[in-house]
Amino acid sequence: MMQDKQPLISIEDISKHFGKGETRVDALRNITLDIYPEQVIGLLGPSGSGKSTLLNVIGCILEPSSGRMGLDDETVYDGHWLRSDLRGLRLEKIGFIFQAHNLIPFLSAIDNIAVVLGLAGYSATVAQKRAQELLDYLEVGNRANSFPSSLSGGEAQRVAIARALANKPRIVLADEPTAALDSTRAGIVMDLLRKVAVEQQAAVVVVTHDEKIYDRLDHIFHLRDGVLDKEV
Amino acid sequence: MNLAYRDVRHNLGRFIVTCIGLSLLLGVVLAMIGIYRGLIADAMELVETIDAQIWVVEKGTRGPFAESSRIPLDTREAIARIHGVKSVGAVTFQSIETQTGASKLRLYVIGYEPGQLGGPKHIILGRGLTGRNYEAVADMRSRLEPGDHIQLGRNNFTIVGTTDNAVSSGGEPAIYLSLDDAQKLQFDLSPSATRRERARGLAMVKSTDTVSAVIARISPNASPDHIAGTIRRWKHLSAMTEAEQGKILTQSVVEKARKQIGMFTGILILVSAVIIALIIHTMTMDKIREIATLKLIGAPNRIIIGLIIQQSLAMGLIGFAMGGVLISNIKDYFPKRLILQPMDGLSLAGVVVVICLLASIYGVYTALKVDPAEALAG
Repeated sequence: MMQDKQPLISIEDISKHFGKGETRVDALRNITLDIYPEQVIGLLGPSGSGKSTLLNVIGCILEPSSGRMGLDDETVYDGHWLRSDLRGLRLEKIGFIFQAHNLIPFLSAIDNIAVVLGLAGYSATVAQKRAQELLDYLEVGNRANSFPSSLSGGEAQRVAIARALANKPRIVLADEPTAALDSTRAGIVMDLLRKVAVEQQAAVVVVTHDEKIYDRLDHIFHLRDGVLDKEV
Repeated sequence: MNLAYRDVRHNLGRFIVTCIGLSLLLGVVLAMIGIYRGLIADAMELVETIDAQIWVVEKGTRGPFAESSRIPLDTREAIARIHGVKSVGAVTFQSIETQTGASKLRLYVIGYEPGQLGGPKHIILGRGLTGRNYEAVADMRSRLEPGDHIQLGRNNFTIVGTTDNAVSSGGEPAIYLSLDDAQKLQFDLSPSATRRERARGLAMVKSTDTVSAVIARISPNASPDHIAGTIRRWKHLSAMTEAEQGKILTQSVVEKARKQIGMFTGILILVSAVIIALIIHTMTMDKIREIATLKLIGAPNRIIIGLIIQQSLAMGLIGFAMGGVLISNIKDYFPKRLILQPMDGLSLAGVVVVICLLASIYGVYTALKVDPAEALAG
């Protein structure tokens, strides 16, 4: 059924190496991967296998060495970046969720979300309204005015998810989103990501080592020495 | 959303403490500028208060402030007869240390002829000198008041009035005596010394024979340069206009102190710049992860640069304002005069803005180098 749709993330023969000659390290080798709307996929692999490199490449943070990449019907890399405004591209298409939630400590929960909307050009009033809706949607609306330091791990992670979803991205990249959570909270977070994928027709890529969420992923890919194993 | 303001509000205590530290530093810079102004003003004050257009002193000297000068009192009559001279006066100057209660007091004694040029400009309290002996008018900064008595040399003087704007170039408050009293104080020997001089068979010089300078005001249509030039042709006299006397005071008498304070102020400004740069850099380093996150979620560079520069300017200007308030409130407790001029304040504010902008460069450079991928690092 998925294959009837256009992939949201289309990676074709992407490679990334660092250094030259004897010091050359191949972090990614000829990765080809399509990820479709509503899919929640997991990337597994030991440290140094290339998971973070792949996430950085999909997130347009790191330029690949070769290959082709399309995001949401737009080819963004084909031997070189096709857009100069990569930050604008990220703001428009990609939401990031971090292991350590990375909320801005001097902004309240609601402002952490509103800042993204402000960057996207929404007025302050609209941004605050949408931020409150997102917090309510993620069931942390009552903590809107709390600062990150006073939020529990689960609450902070939900605010971080709300921030990632603020600009309605079609692609959500999550780096170890459940690593700091117990199994109950980890399950809640994964259910939220699933809900987002379905309701917003988004693709969710989760880098994880967390076995307790494996059963909540549609596909699990394994990376080893920069090579992607099909599915585990 | 103003991120700089939000960050400051969230870390208000730390920001205020930083501003207080900076205010002390900028307050010292402001105080140094005030001391510099005070030094110049003190140096010029007597010249301006005496308000003479021509200063006649001993040949080959730049007296009476830069060097000692002694000329015959009858020079006054010779100067008065020069065409264009409207009024003349004879003055003596002398620094003296005396005792008031338990504390020592340094005074700058000015002798003048009551009713002639050279006296105090205003009488604030009491009255001026009338010509009677052993009376004095003191500058208010001496803290002497009418009715007080003070021992000067071998005689006791009664303060009959107070004046203002009369201090020496060294900042000593002036005390006005009649010329006769001042000459006695300056030139009379003690009784034992007089006996010794008589025993040596030396003739006594009458104390009223010499003065430090003769001063003159001229008619409106006369040229001070021309009259000074005329006097200079006399072999035993030197003459200066008011402007030349002022130049000697500011460029000679207080020159080294002026340069010293100027250099110290420059060093302080440099130190302030380095400290502000370090504070901004530290504040930036403290926010590296937040900056990386902002970049990752799509914040353009102008947002990041704005965050750093706005905080830097806020810190610098608040620190400057606090320093200004501090120094304004304590300036009168300084032993020497400290003058805060609005233009100096505005100029320093401008310098602080420039310093903050320059100091931000390193912080901005650091912030712009931050890799958004650092936000993903565990």
